[in-house]
Amino acid sequence: MAQTSQTDFVRTRMVPPAPPPSGEAGVVKWARENLFSGWFNSILTVAGVLAIWWLLSAMLPWWLNGVWVADSLGQCREIVAAQAGEGASGACWAMVRERWHQFLFGFFPRAEWWRPILAFGLLFAALAPVLFAGQPRRLAILLGGVAAFLLVTLWLAGAPGAVWVFAVVLMAGLSALAQRRPGLLLVFTALYAVFVFWLLWGGSIWSPVSTLLGFALLAAVYRAAVGAVGSSVAAGLGIVAAAVWWLRLGGPVLSIPAGVLDFSLVPVASDQFGGFLLAITIGVTAISCSLPIGILLALGRKSDLLVVKGLSVGFIEFIRGVPLITLLFTASLLLQYFLPPNTNFDIILRVIILVTLFQAAYLAEVIRGGLAALPSGQYEAADALGLDYWRAQRLIILPQALKVSIPGIVSSFIGLFKDTVLVAFVGLYDPLKGVTGIVRSDIDWKGIYWEPYIFVGAIFFVICFGMSRYSMYLERKLKTDHH
Amino acid sequence: MAVAADVPKESFRLSMLIYDTRYRSITIQVVVLLLFGLFLAWLLNNTAQNLAIRGKQFNFTFLWQRAGYDIGQQLIPYTNDSTHFRALLVGLLNTLVVAIFGCVFATILGVVVGVLRLSKNWLVGRLMTVYVEMFRNVPLLLWILLSYVILSETTFEPKDFRVTDEMTAAGGAPAASMILFDTVAVTNRGTNVPAPLFNQHLGTLDLGPLSLNLTFLAYLVVIGGSVWVNRRVVAAARATQETTGVRPVTWWKSILILFAPVIALSLALGLHLEVPALKGFNFQGGILVAHSFTALLIALTLYTAAFIAEIVRSGIMAVSHGQSEAAFALGLRPGRTMSLIILPQALRVIIPPLISQFLNLTKNTSLGLAVSYLDLKGTLGGITLNQTGRELECMLLMMLIYLTISLSISVAMNAYNNSVQIKAR
Repeated sequence: MAQTSQTDFVRTRMVPPAPPPSGEAGVVKWARENLFSGWFNSILTVAGVLAIWWLLSAMLPWWLNGVWVADSLGQCREIVAAQAGEGASGACWAMVRERWHQFLFGFFPRAEWWRPILAFGLLFAALAPVLFAGQPRRLAILLGGVAAFLLVTLWLAGAPGAVWVFAVVLMAGLSALAQRRPGLLLVFTALYAVFVFWLLWGGSIWSPVSTLLGFALLAAVYRAAVGAVGSSVAAGLGIVAAAVWWLRLGGPVLSIPAGVLDFSLVPVASDQFGGFLLAITIGVTAISCSLPIGILLALGRKSDLLVVKGLSVGFIEFIRGVPLITLLFTASLLLQYFLPPNTNFDIILRVIILVTLFQAAYLAEVIRGGLAALPSGQYEAADALGLDYWRAQRLIILPQALKVSIPGIVSSFIGLFKDTVLVAFVGLYDPLKGVTGIVRSDIDWKGIYWEPYIFVGAIFFVICFGMSRYSMYLERKLKTDHH
Repeated sequence: MAVAADVPKESFRLSMLIYDTRYRSITIQVVVLLLFGLFLAWLLNNTAQNLAIRGKQFNFTFLWQRAGYDIGQQLIPYTNDSTHFRALLVGLLNTLVVAIFGCVFATILGVVVGVLRLSKNWLVGRLMTVYVEMFRNVPLLLWILLSYVILSETTFEPKDFRVTDEMTAAGGAPAASMILFDTVAVTNRGTNVPAPLFNQHLGTLDLGPLSLNLTFLAYLVVIGGSVWVNRRVVAAARATQETTGVRPVTWWKSILILFAPVIALSLALGLHLEVPALKGFNFQGGILVAHSFTALLIALTLYTAAFIAEIVRSGIMAVSHGQSEAAFALGLRPGRTMSLIILPQALRVIIPPLISQFLNLTKNTSLGLAVSYLDLKGTLGGITLNQTGRELECMLLMMLIYLTISLSISVAMNAYNNSVQIKAR
């Protein structure tokens, strides 16, 4: 056959791939897909750009012209006018520079500032084993951060040398413990919970020791009795024993060693507390006390015992139905009616009790959601294993239910922390209304409003945003399903 | 035949109350009930003793005494000669009006923000995230105080609105001017808005302690009637669609039914707007809305909307992707997919948390105390309490009222929730 097909050209080398058209790559493609994918989207983008432009043009000069050193708002304005011309706006951060300590500590005596600082730093050391259980690296980083924070701030606050040395030794000890026996860190957490109130309010060291001995007595009685009479009766006996110790025995017994060795801190009255010191004290105490109460209430609401269920439902619905402010006013106005005549105790303590009850009711609802989300097979499996009620709850039900409800629990904690500013209404100096009110009524800073609110708002934002990010991290860490 | 041996009948022993599960629950309940009863008795006893020591009574007769204080914002007639009970009602209405407006505005803003946060537009999505995070993580009180301070300290005084002869001669403008076609004036004393006025009044109906405004009632009846007729029309259209497959056009009927009667009533009563005008040193005419109300409303709306936006977003994201794909496969356009497929399913997820946001907003209105807004907390729990010294009665009554409001909202919304949930068969 002569008709062999004659090919003139056979490609032996592939043409190198051409880059995509300029409209389909890089910034242009991204902008087209994300900003201008349709007429509606384009309008939105333009509106967004305009809004940002408007905000920036209003705010940027104000930020850039900020004044850090001045004695009063009037002086600030003069400096701004001198620097940026007549009619220019400028922030007056000099107020923050002069009054920051009131926003942080309220009227806590300046010589004792090291106490709240130490308490704040050690708070994270106490939380460390709870926050990062089983993660030695993060634990070490957190403890190191706390140590560095304490060393610098204690030095800046002019703490006595002994305190500084104590902080160094304590943090070194905790770090060593974290490497060797991380489980023992929880002992420090328990000790912290008892001693921090003494650190803040001052007084004799024997009162926290008495509290501690009461808890020790509770545990000892429970241990001794649980074999003979069962857990609930043993717990009741323990509580009775501890109450007898706290109310009757503790004082006289401990006055003997107190006569020999008295070690006390300068007492600080509650009305000297203020600012974020107050907010964090109330917030952290209420958060840690409300979780166990909330769990008990949630279990009570799901209980088969009609009376227990009815009481739990009534309590939860009542607390959730009224605003927190009314409960705070109850603390300040009504408790004097409900308690035996002539009992009068500290307003901060009263507020903490009411805020704790308030928070417990909300937590109970969150945890109830977690309990309801568990398949009933879990309950049946626990029963089939022969576990009694409390063991089944502790080993099977609660670990799963609490895990499911972590986002809700943390967001309710965030809500509580934000709500601590409401204590301003019962005459305490919260950072937002109390301290800002004091600053704004000072003749030097009269008429200042953006700066204090931005300062306080920024601190709240950092704390609350941090909490919500931590809860997202925890959710990821605890996720065990494989989707 | 071997008969299964009877279980030996155990005689009841006292220890079985604790160790036998058949009796233990009863024991626990009795003990709990006893402890609770003791606690209650202790509280009541303490209260009685404390009242006796202070020489006070426990009764509510003070509610019928003369209040003697003025309330800035009153939705029902009230003077300082009225009773404390009347002041309570004024405060309650003030609470409710902020709560209702707040719920409506927060829902609208929250839905818009939640949808925009999910939009494919990168810039808008980020802006909405910033808004949501900023408002969620900062106390509500800050937003209330800040809005109040900005409204009352940065706005102009009424005299700045004055147009003097020199200004007209020089061609200059006054320092401040009214907004929205010269109908609304925001001054440092409040916001002056136009007031709806009627040429003819239908009068009021006196029912003992309550008096009903008949004009208001007429509007209520007409609007309710039009809504009801409109629902009948829509239902009839749906029935036609289900039998014949063709949906009759109803939109013009709906518009006519919904708006024509109201407009007719307004024309008959001679509705007109009274626009505030600067006279002397202040604005006269119209309604003066106090800054405390405006600030509270703005702050509550912005704050709650941030939470509602998150609820809406998670509700829409909870609808599985297959649903929208199936809708597209059926040939539905994106708008109809949203309204017919996604939103009805998302609503089931959205409503329960939305209820609790409404409840939160209603309870948060009590923060109006910070800007001296005279709501229930300000009247009954504030001035009345301080004047009469009846802490116990005022606080208990106030809690009871708040509890009633909360429970009614949650009952109403739960009923609505049940109507949109999937009917399990």
